[in-house]
Amino acid sequence: MIERRPFLNVVRHAALVVAVALILFPVYVAFVASTLSFDEVLHVPMQLWPGGHLLENYADVMAHGSAKGSSAPVGRMMINSLIMALVIAIGKIAISIISAFAIVYFRFPFRQTVFWMIFITLMLPVEVRILPTYQVAADLGLIDTYAGLTMPLIASATATFLFRQFFLTIPDEYAEAARIDGAGPLRFFKDVVLPLSRTNIAALFVIMFIYGWNQYLWPLLVTTQESMYTTVIGIKRMIPGGDAAAEWHLVMATAILAMLPPAVVVLLMQKWFVKGLVDTEK
Amino acid sequence: MGAISLRGIEKTYGRAPRANKVIHGVSAEIADGEFVVIVGPSGCGKSTLLRMVAGLEEISGGEIEIGGRVVNDLEPAERDIAMVFQNYALYPHMSVFDNMAYGLRIRRIPSEEIRARVDKAAAILELAPFLKRKPRELSGGQRQRVAMGRAIVREPQVFLFDEPLSNLDAKLRAQTRLEIQKLHGELRTTSLFVTHDQVEAMTLAERMIVMNAGRMEQMGTPDEVYHRPATTFVAGFIGSPPMNLLRGRAEGLGFTAGGQLLPLPAVAPREGDLVMGIRPEHVEIGNDLSAAAWPLRVQALEMLGAERLVYGVLGDTLFIARLDATMPYPKAGDIVSIHAAPAHLHWFDAATTARVGA
Repeated sequence: MIERRPFLNVVRHAALVVAVALILFPVYVAFVASTLSFDEVLHVPMQLWPGGHLLENYADVMAHGSAKGSSAPVGRMMINSLIMALVIAIGKIAISIISAFAIVYFRFPFRQTVFWMIFITLMLPVEVRILPTYQVAADLGLIDTYAGLTMPLIASATATFLFRQFFLTIPDEYAEAARIDGAGPLRFFKDVVLPLSRTNIAALFVIMFIYGWNQYLWPLLVTTQESMYTTVIGIKRMIPGGDAAAEWHLVMATAILAMLPPAVVVLLMQKWFVKGLVDTEK
Repeated sequence: MGAISLRGIEKTYGRAPRANKVIHGVSAEIADGEFVVIVGPSGCGKSTLLRMVAGLEEISGGEIEIGGRVVNDLEPAERDIAMVFQNYALYPHMSVFDNMAYGLRIRRIPSEEIRARVDKAAAILELAPFLKRKPRELSGGQRQRVAMGRAIVREPQVFLFDEPLSNLDAKLRAQTRLEIQKLHGELRTTSLFVTHDQVEAMTLAERMIVMNAGRMEQMGTPDEVYHRPATTFVAGFIGSPPMNLLRGRAEGLGFTAGGQLLPLPAVAPREGDLVMGIRPEHVEIGNDLSAAAWPLRVQALEMLGAERLVYGVLGDTLFIARLDATMPYPKAGDIVSIHAAPAHLHWFDAATTARVGA
């Protein structure tokens, strides 16, 4: 803002502070709850300053889960979630960058048709096609396997579309210069297209990692054994049904743990991520 | 060795019912070591022709031979050519050195030799201090030189230039023109250079090809093209300001143009419907308003420093004369007499636009 109006500055800042507090307060409550004992967390109203059971609670969930709900160790779930998020993110990027390369740089019959078919699948998110997908996964014996957790989520029209749009902005002259230099299509892909897509890949990785990490409905259907639970599922299973009181301090500890990896990925890749969304290196 | 032979080259886009023919049978022989410029207005097919020589466009008809080998079905990399693009097409993520070395690495040339060749090219082009930089850290002129360096290190039979100077400012363009000339003098590699700028064409070419609407209008040295244009198109395209062209009818010692009978200093090479051409610098202005003179009604003047352009109307045609700035000159609204020496009159057939007579 160019204007200098002290009063408006105060208003603006107040608005921002309120908005940030609104978003952060639930996270703070979750953190406080995760540091309390079982009795403290059930006391109404719950205290709003951290208690003394931080390490104890976290060690507890990592190793044994909850005594009242699911007792699957959260450590195992974190590993499952990590595998799932990584395979989905890397798989999506690998497949879509290759298909986008084919669509943009090769002239094969029905090229446009293929592109539109991929594009149309944008209208079919996981939730819409979940029953047939489940049927196929079950018939293939993929229930309770990592393949079953990840494969149906890997195909990605969004990433293919984004890479296609990016490739279209790469001047044709690069491809022509590479042809004159004697680089075949794969060489051109490896030496020119991949390095130019670096920032886009980073940005997509962050988005897809979070997408994979936060999957709920599909892992819920496709996993039955505790050893295959992902963290997000684990949180839900820790809350026992019926009249039994949930161990909220442990549930909240798991929730905080579940929030960490996406945050770490965003922080680590922030520089590239912003670059990929904002500018193109040309 | 690096001679290029174009035989009846045609280019058609699209298929039969909606085919769009953009090049209609171009034939030319370019000798080894020659520097040939292809010039023409935009859309005349000159870049398409060059891209067909490079192998970036398919050849719809005819044959292209480079160094005694028909290359119609060869990939660009197999044609032993190197190309400089208008926007340079330097790989943005590679250093200057890697940009120049890339093609050599793909050809599996030993790395010591790559280094030697790149260093040599960098020395010629004064790029040695920039070898580690990325293209975006270079100025336009330096990028242009890197693009030429990438072509030089390949040591090809033929250099192809696709308007390589059009992204430079005027001063740099003149300087680079001289550098290209000097470079060609040293390397003597056969070169095809496409441009829409007639000054570039005139200054660089040993021979030039003037193209219009997918046809070759004339091929010859800059002197020939300037002094003996083969068609009215060439006459109007080469030279600035362009040649004055008067459409009319020649009979004996008279030429009737726009209802005005102009007495001729010598008989036209042929009677009938002709186009008469006179270059502005060959027009002499006088005050002899007798019946033997051509009256020019002066409309405007332009002072360009060393010379002065006189715009006027002769009969009903706009007519330009170029005077030395030291000469006496008329005012707007004056009627002056103009005449030209018989040797400076060009004659073209009105129907075919082809040159008539010597």
